[in-house]
Amino acid sequence: MITLSHYLVLGAILFSLSVAGVFLNRKNAIVLLMCVELMLLAVNMNFIAFSHYSGDPAGQVFVFFILTVAAAEAAIGLAILVLLFRNRRTINVQDLDEMKG
Amino acid sequence: MSFQLAMFYIFSAILVGAAAAMITVRNPVHAALCLVLAFFTSAALWIMMEAEFLGIVLVLVYVGAVMVLFLFVVMMLDVNIARLREGFIRFLPVGALVAAAMAVVMIMVVGARHFRIEPPAPAATDVGNTEMLGRLIYTEYVYPFELAAVILLVAIVAAITLTLRRRPGTRHIDPAEQVKVKREDRIRIVKMEAEKK
Repeated sequence: MITLSHYLVLGAILFSLSVAGVFLNRKNAIVLLMCVELMLLAVNMNFIAFSHYSGDPAGQVFVFFILTVAAAEAAIGLAILVLLFRNRRTINVQDLDEMKG
Repeated sequence: MSFQLAMFYIFSAILVGAAAAMITVRNPVHAALCLVLAFFTSAALWIMMEAEFLGIVLVLVYVGAVMVLFLFVVMMLDVNIARLREGFIRFLPVGALVAAAMAVVMIMVVGARHFRIEPPAPAATDVGNTEMLGRLIYTEYVYPFELAAVILLVAIVAAITLTLRRRPGTRHIDPAEQVKVKREDRIRIVKMEAEKK
């Protein structure tokens, strides 16, 4: 029998993996964006698990909105990345230090 | 072990393996493809939790649109992977330590001691998941739904204005000028005497 904690543990592992991904690929902005997508996926997994096991469909509505906002975020993030590459010829996060105080 | 539990473990293993591969592979294109695999297996898991609509939306919107956009950008940008991989080994212990600590703490909280909740009985109503979600979105959550639409519109405008580039000196045709052209602008009738033989 699959209990709620099965899905929650899976979400926790996914979230930790994506945090590790932010640490490991902290220079490559594209992979950083992918790690953020993976984090959102882990959160969505928890939302759907709670929604299913408590019998309340409101959690699925929240997942719907998270998917919408994540799609918008990916579109704008990639647009910024393209603009960055066009102007600086790099997507290395460490080279983007013009705004340091 | 029941069939469902076996399927859960198979899908979870694929999902965690795809996520681990995504954060460690060298090539960003392979990372994007691993993320696609992770999205597919999560869609399967969501369908196992009777969230069919969201599972299919995940495949259609994420795999179909967002990940294709990612792949498009990855292939369009000509990046030097070797430079971006600097410090990977150096930060591997720190990243692994932080991730392991986070995972242990979260699993202690959400583990089987507190959240050992049995799944509910399959819904007896003949209202499907999509219909239920639709009713909820268009009645109780109609205002957030409209806000989500506005957010998408803002995202479209932002993405287009960010990447729009006006280059002076390029040869291009202005359709408005073409449409409002008149006969007098194009042809000129010249009176000429007929030539003698």
